[in-house]
Amino acid sequence: MSESVITCRNVSKIFGPNPAQHLAQLKADPGLSQAGYVHAVRDVNLEIRRGEMLVVMGLSGSGKSTLVRCLSRLIEITGGSVTVEGRDIATLSEPELIDLRRRKMGMVFQSFGLLPHRTVLENVAFPLEMRGQDRATRYGRAREMLELVGLKGREDYFPRELSGGQQQRVGIARSLAVEPDIWFLDEPFSALDPLIRREMQDEFLRLKGMMNKTIIFITHDFDEALRLADRIAIMKDGRVEQCDTPDQIVLHPATEYVAKFTSEIDRARVVHIGSLVAPLTSPAIGEPVAAHRTIRDLARQLISDPRIEIPVINDQGAVIGSVLRQTALDVLLGDAQ
Amino acid sequence: MWRSARFAGTAKLLLALAVALMLCKAILPQGMIRPPEWLVLPFADWINAVFAFLQNDLGLMAVTRAFSDVVEWLLNVTANLLYGKSRWPNLGPIPWSVIAVTAFMAGYALKGWRLGLISGGTFVWIALMGQWQWAMETLSVIVVAAPFSVTLGLVLGVLAWRSPRFERVLNPILSIAQSLPHFAYMIPVVVFIGVGPKAGAIVTIIFSVPPMIRMTLLGLKKVPEEVIEAGKMSGATRWQLLTRARIPTARSEILIGVNQVIMQCLAMVVLASFIGMPGLGQKLLQLLQSLKIGLSVEIGVTIVLLAVTLDRLTKAWALRLPVHEAASPSWLKRNRLLVIWLALCALGFGLAHFFPYFLEVERKQALSVAGPIDALMDQVIRLITPVTLWLRWFLITWVLIPMRDAYLWLPFTAVLLLLAALGWAIGGLRSALICVTYFGLIAVSGWWDRAMITVYMVCISVVIAAILGIPLAIWGARNPTRAARILLVCDTAQTFPSFIYLIPVIMLFGVNDVAVVAAVVVFAAVPLVRYTIEGLRNVPPEMVEAADMSGATSGQVLWHVRLPMALPTMLVGANQSVMFSLFMVIIAAFIGTQDLGQEMQRALSSTDVGKGLVLGFAVAFMGLMTDHLITRWSEARKRALGL
Repeated sequence: MSESVITCRNVSKIFGPNPAQHLAQLKADPGLSQAGYVHAVRDVNLEIRRGEMLVVMGLSGSGKSTLVRCLSRLIEITGGSVTVEGRDIATLSEPELIDLRRRKMGMVFQSFGLLPHRTVLENVAFPLEMRGQDRATRYGRAREMLELVGLKGREDYFPRELSGGQQQRVGIARSLAVEPDIWFLDEPFSALDPLIRREMQDEFLRLKGMMNKTIIFITHDFDEALRLADRIAIMKDGRVEQCDTPDQIVLHPATEYVAKFTSEIDRARVVHIGSLVAPLTSPAIGEPVAAHRTIRDLARQLISDPRIEIPVINDQGAVIGSVLRQTALDVLLGDAQ
Repeated sequence: MWRSARFAGTAKLLLALAVALMLCKAILPQGMIRPPEWLVLPFADWINAVFAFLQNDLGLMAVTRAFSDVVEWLLNVTANLLYGKSRWPNLGPIPWSVIAVTAFMAGYALKGWRLGLISGGTFVWIALMGQWQWAMETLSVIVVAAPFSVTLGLVLGVLAWRSPRFERVLNPILSIAQSLPHFAYMIPVVVFIGVGPKAGAIVTIIFSVPPMIRMTLLGLKKVPEEVIEAGKMSGATRWQLLTRARIPTARSEILIGVNQVIMQCLAMVVLASFIGMPGLGQKLLQLLQSLKIGLSVEIGVTIVLLAVTLDRLTKAWALRLPVHEAASPSWLKRNRLLVIWLALCALGFGLAHFFPYFLEVERKQALSVAGPIDALMDQVIRLITPVTLWLRWFLITWVLIPMRDAYLWLPFTAVLLLLAALGWAIGGLRSALICVTYFGLIAVSGWWDRAMITVYMVCISVVIAAILGIPLAIWGARNPTRAARILLVCDTAQTFPSFIYLIPVIMLFGVNDVAVVAAVVVFAAVPLVRYTIEGLRNVPPEMVEAADMSGATSGQVLWHVRLPMALPTMLVGANQSVMFSLFMVIIAAFIGTQDLGQEMQRALSSTDVGKGLVLGFAVAFMGLMTDHLITRWSEARKRALGL
C-alpha cells in the first residue's frame, strides 16, 4: 500500500458561538444538541493515498464541502487533526500555510470563483503572480494551461463573456497552474447543464490520465462518483458512512443509507470482474478474462459460458483466481430470490 | 392589517392615554403642555464647552489649520488650472474648449455618443453663457474634495470591514451623520477654519464621506466567498487578497460610492455659499435673494447640467463591464481614443492661442436667455397668478395655519404618548422607547415649538407628495415604457442639488410658506414615485396571473396583490421621502420659515456651534426615529410576505 498524503484523525467541525466548549460537552453527552450550533463534520477518519482519487459523496448539508475546506484549512477544525504530508496543518503559521498552498495545493470551486475584473489569462496566472513569478514566465505557463483545457484563443476574454463550462475550464486551468500535488475539486460540475457536465467529466478523466495527482473530488451525484472514483467516501450528517471502492460499495453497502443509493444503480456497470475473484480451487480451464472488465462488458460471455468457474487474470496476464459464473450472473441479473 | 396582535393592546392603551391628555388640555398643568424650564438641559453650553476645550486647550486648532492649509494649496492649484487664478503653477487657465473636448471624449469612451454630447455640451453651455469662472470655482472644490473623501471613505470602509467592533462603533455615527442637515456641518467648520473656499471644501469632504464608507463596506461584504477561497488557495497573503481580489471584485459598489461622493459634493458645494464659498451656489443665492428669476434660471440650468453630467459619467464608469479587445497588434489601433483626444486637445489649445474666444468667453460676448425667460415668465405668471394666488390663500388659511396651530396646540406629553403608541404598534416596547427617547431629547433641548413647526411642514409635505405621487406612480407602472420614462425623470431629478428646487417655486409662489411646502413636496415626491413604480413593477408576474385567473378585476389586482406586495419597497421610498423633506425644510429656511432651520441659520451667522449642533441633532433625531419606524415596519411586512 502506498504512503498516505492526507490523514484525518477524528476531525470535527462545529459552527456556533463557542464550538470548542460545545465539542467538549458533546464528548461527555453525545446525545446533546443545542440551538445555535451546527455540527457539520463529525469524527471523520480518512486516509488519502498518494496518486489516488477519493470522491466524497453526500447530499447537500452532509458536510462534504466543509470537510474539504478542513483539509485545506480554509476553515479551522474544532477537534481532531489533519496531517498533510506528515505535517499537522493546524500547527502551520500563516506564511507556512500560504507556502503550502502555493506549492502543493490547487482547488476548483462549484461557482468557479473567478476574479471578474481579470481576463482569462490573468485569472489563470493569478496563483503564479502570488508566488511572485515574473510576467513572461507566468503568462507563458498560463497559456500552456489554457491550451491544455482547450481554451486557446480565449486568453483576453473576461469571465462573464464565457459559458459556465468554459468558466470552469478556466478554474481548472488556474488550479493546475502551480502543478499541485494535491488537487481539490469542490462540486466542480454541479453548476453545469447535464450535457456539459458529461463532457467535462470526460475532459477531467483525460486530464487525470495525463498527470499523477492526489485528487479529492466532492460531488452530490452518485453516478458521477461511481464514474470517476478510485474510492468513494459517502457522507451523511457530517459522518462518513462508508469509504471504499465503488465495487465494494455497490456489492456490500455498509449501511441502509448507502444501500438506498446503490439500490437504483445498475451494478453490472460498476462491478469489475476482479472484485468477485476467489482463490482457485481447481486448475484454470479455458480462456481467462481480464480483471479490469466490468460484468456488463462480459455479459454476453457470462450468459453463454458453459464453465462453472472462470479464471481471471490481472493486467500483467497472471492468473489471480477465478469467479463463479453464478456469482457474476447474480450481479448482472439481480439476486435469484 | 400590519399590526401584530400582541402589540395592539398596549398600543391602543397608549393611544387612549394620549387622546385623554389632549381632551383634558384645559386642566393640565403647564408643565405637561410644554417642557418646564427645569427640564430643559443646556446642551448647547455643554457642546460649546467641549469645543472650546478642543479648540483652545487641546490645540486641535493647529491640526485643522494645517490640514486646511494643504486643502487651500490644492484649491489654488486647481483654481489656477481651471480659471487662471494667479497661483502656482501659473499654467492656467486651461482653455474651455479643451475641457469641453475632454468631457466629450470621456463621455464617448464610457458610454457612447449621447453621453459624450451631454457632457461636452454642458461645458460648451457653461462657457457660452459666460458662467465659466463660477462653474470652475465650484468644480475646483469638487476636484479637490472628492479624492479626499474617496480615499478617506475607502480606508475607513476597509477598517470597518476588518474589525466588526469598529463597524459597530461606526454604524450609529454614520446613521447620525447621514441624517444631520447640511447646515449642522457648516457651523463647526466655520469655527475651526473660518469662511471661504477652503472651509467650503472641508465641509464638503466631511459631508460626502459617509456614503463612501457605506458602499465600500457593502462591496467588500458582497464579494463571493468562493472568490476569496480561490485567492487563499492560490496562496495570496492578506494584503494581496485585499488589493488584488477583494477591492477589484467590489469595483462596482466602490465606484457607485465614488458617484455618491461626487453628487454629495456638488450638493454641498452649492449650499456652502452660505459660508462664503464662491461659485455657482453663491451666484444663485444672490440672484434668488434679489428675485432675478431669468438669471437664476440660467445658473439653475448650469447646476442641473453639471449634476447630470457628473452623475452619468461616474455611473457609466461604475457600471462599465470589462470587454475583451480584438487582438490587434498596432499601438495606434488600441489607443485610438487616446490619440483622438490628444489631437482634439492640441486643436483646442491652438484655437485658444489664436482666438481668445476659445480660451475664455468674455462677459460681454456671453449669450444670455435671461431676458426672454423673464419676459416669458412674466406672461406665464400673469396668466396663472389668479390660480397661484387662490392656491396660496387656500393653503395658508385652510391647511397650513390650522395644521400648524394644531401641532403647536398639542401638549408635548400627548405627542410623546402618541409616538409611544405608534412605536409600540410597530415594534413593541423597544421601538416605543426609541421613539420616546428621540423626541424626549428634542423636548428637553428647549426647541419644542420650533421642532413642531418642522414636523408639521414635513408631515404636510409628505402627505401632499403621497397624494400626488402615488397615483402618478400607479398610473406610470401600468405600462413598461411609461414606467421607464418616469423612472428616468426621477433618477435625473434626484441628482439635482436640493437648492435647485427653490427656483421654480419662488418663481410661482414668491417668498413664503407655500413656496417652501411646494419645494418640499416636489423633492419628497421623487423617491415616493420612484420606489412605488419599482415596487409595483417587481411584483412576481405569476402572482398577478394567478389573481387574473381567479377573476380579479384590475382594481382588485391592484388593491389585493400589487400594492401589498409592493408595500415594503414603497416604504423605502417613504423613508427617503421623509429624510429629503427634513433636509429641504431646513434648507428652505432662508426664504422664511419659523422652524429649526431658521434658528440654524442664525446659529450659523453667529457661529454658535452649541446651538447649531443641538438643532442639527434635533433634526437628525426626527429622521432617525422615522427611519427606525419605517424600517421596522417594512421588515415586518417583508417577513410576513416571505420576501
